[in-house]
Amino acid sequence: MIPLSWYLTLSAALFSIGLFGVLSRKNAVAILLGIELMLNSVNINLVSFWRYGDITQMAGQVFSIIVFAVAAAEVAVGLALVISVYRRRNTVIADEIDMMKW
Amino acid sequence: MTIMQIIFLVVGAVILGSALMVVTTGNLIHAALWLIVTLFGVAVLYALLNASFLAVVQIVIYIGAIAILFIFAVMLTRKEMRDRGPQLNSAWWLSAIIALLTFGGLIWILQSWGDFARLPADFPTGFDAVGLLGNALVSPDAFVLPFEVASVLLLAALVGAVYVAFNRK
Amino acid sequence: MNLWTDPINFIAHWLMALLTSWGLAEWLANFLIQLIGVVVLVSMMMLIDILLVWVERKVVARFQDRLGPNRVGPFGIIQPFADIIKLLIKEDITPDGADRVVYNLAPILSLMSVLLLWAIVPLAPVIFGVDLNVGALYIIATGAIGALSIIMAAWSSNNKYALIGAFRQVAVMVSFEVPMIATMLIPTILASSMSMGVIVHSQNVWYVVIAPLAAIIFMITAIAELGRSPFDMNEAESEIVAGFHIEYTGMKFGLFYAGELMHAFTFGGFWAILFFGGYRLFGLENLGPIVAAGILLAKALLGYWVIMWVKYTMMRIRIDNMLSFSWKFLTPLAFVLLMATALMNAILRGASSGIYIAGMFLTNVVIGWIVIEILRRESKRSRVMIEKPIHRAVARP
Repeated sequence: MIPLSWYLTLSAALFSIGLFGVLSRKNAVAILLGIELMLNSVNINLVSFWRYGDITQMAGQVFSIIVFAVAAAEVAVGLALVISVYRRRNTVIADEIDMMKW
Repeated sequence: MTIMQIIFLVVGAVILGSALMVVTTGNLIHAALWLIVTLFGVAVLYALLNASFLAVVQIVIYIGAIAILFIFAVMLTRKEMRDRGPQLNSAWWLSAIIALLTFGGLIWILQSWGDFARLPADFPTGFDAVGLLGNALVSPDAFVLPFEVASVLLLAALVGAVYVAFNRK
Repeated sequence: MNLWTDPINFIAHWLMALLTSWGLAEWLANFLIQLIGVVVLVSMMMLIDILLVWVERKVVARFQDRLGPNRVGPFGIIQPFADIIKLLIKEDITPDGADRVVYNLAPILSLMSVLLLWAIVPLAPVIFGVDLNVGALYIIATGAIGALSIIMAAWSSNNKYALIGAFRQVAVMVSFEVPMIATMLIPTILASSMSMGVIVHSQNVWYVVIAPLAAIIFMITAIAELGRSPFDMNEAESEIVAGFHIEYTGMKFGLFYAGELMHAFTFGGFWAILFFGGYRLFGLENLGPIVAAGILLAKALLGYWVIMWVKYTMMRIRIDNMLSFSWKFLTPLAFVLLMATALMNAILRGASSGIYIAGMFLTNVVIGWIVIEILRRESKRSRVMIEKPIHRAVARP
């Protein structure tokens, strides 16, 4: 029997690693990779609470599916923006994209 | 130590190890591939939690679409085929401290919750989780409205992404 | 149970008794038995793969009005072994600047994604790997791993032609997954379950009679997923040399090649399971599970033959035509077909069997007819525009 605390600790650790990735990476695409890790940790939390609660209540899994859809939409738009910025400024280093139109 | 606990520890180690490789490796394509290992580990975790539909959907959507999108984006935003230079910015030690504090804070708050080490109820055999999920997603007194709003969101993201990334000649 | 009516369970019980009498713990014996089962399934699949190489070469020869291999053994049946020996003794080159781990991992992943599919194929009512309750989605998931292995192969080869081939191939695979999911949902609706075993079990009337247009669209999208002609962007020999497996030699190329043939055979099998009744053949499968497995493999070979027929008859389509074919034609058609099938299934559910079959078949015929009418008018309109005389602004002598 696996206690709930194991799953919650795992998802908290994954969230912190994702947070580290977002705050410390230079490349914009790598920042989006960190955001994906955070969204996955949230999903682990939701599904484990579904399993360790009342399994006839589907709210946990439905919420998790909505998170899938939101993550997919956000990655699509985010990467489209990154590609578009690369075409104009020829860089994707987040520190170098610091001026509005000149 | 039951078999399930050993499997959970192995899967957890794979997930955390590959997540650390995602955020620290210098080669961005390798970071995307380590992300795929992480996502696969999370899918195995869903299967351990008896959420079989979510496990397969995780592989189809995350690995089959989002990870491939990441690899394409990495390939399209570089001038040459290799990365150069360090990939962590100058204040990375501060981010590491913040991440550790976040992890500690989350665990400390969760510890004070009484039900933290709850054990699961048995999963009844023949329980049609997929059928119940399908009913919940389209039933008017369940979650059809968030489902439809999510599909409108995906349509908006589709149109927006195509428009933003379109190469006007 | 005895060996004829339930071979897998019989052998498993016998092995379990044997292993526990040797003193092994029960969970260890169970684990070993399942491991042996997996190894037997994979070995059987690889043996069928060797046969498929010979079948492919003979059939392509006949389509091209020649004989094919006929020197090595009777009818050339030992030719695949000659091929294997040739591939094994070739020099194993890793290109300069290639990413070693990813380069060696890609062909393994490509073959793995095909072998994973055989876990859910119901060979007989009692012979199957696992009766997964999300079987239809599992097929798409393994297709996703296949697409991933193509990108890994191309990127690690450090070769621009490989990258172009892989980009095109993955774009085609991802685009054709959408109509494939929609047409795979049609047997799911008709059988009320995604599990392959339940879909075969509820095909008292084969689904190809109830939803023929869905079967045709599934075959088209399956050929695109496989990367075979007319959708073979990955090995467009006249365009990009050999696509994503340019830099692979020897047995690694053999893994890609064998994986592609087995993938075609597997999708022939899924076409049979989803639309042609799987292992059922007018009650013949009740003779025994081995007979049922033989029926399914024969139907899979027929599906594989149809795939080869299409490959060696049609020319390759240009990449932008391919993508617009998927997004502008197949995807709307597949979704319209899905909605119409669900609606007619709900309306005709209580009717007698004959009216149900006739109603669903007529729905498919009507939709197909409307589609052909639209295409005919569209092509007539574009033909009229091309043939209209252009008024010249130049003075005529």
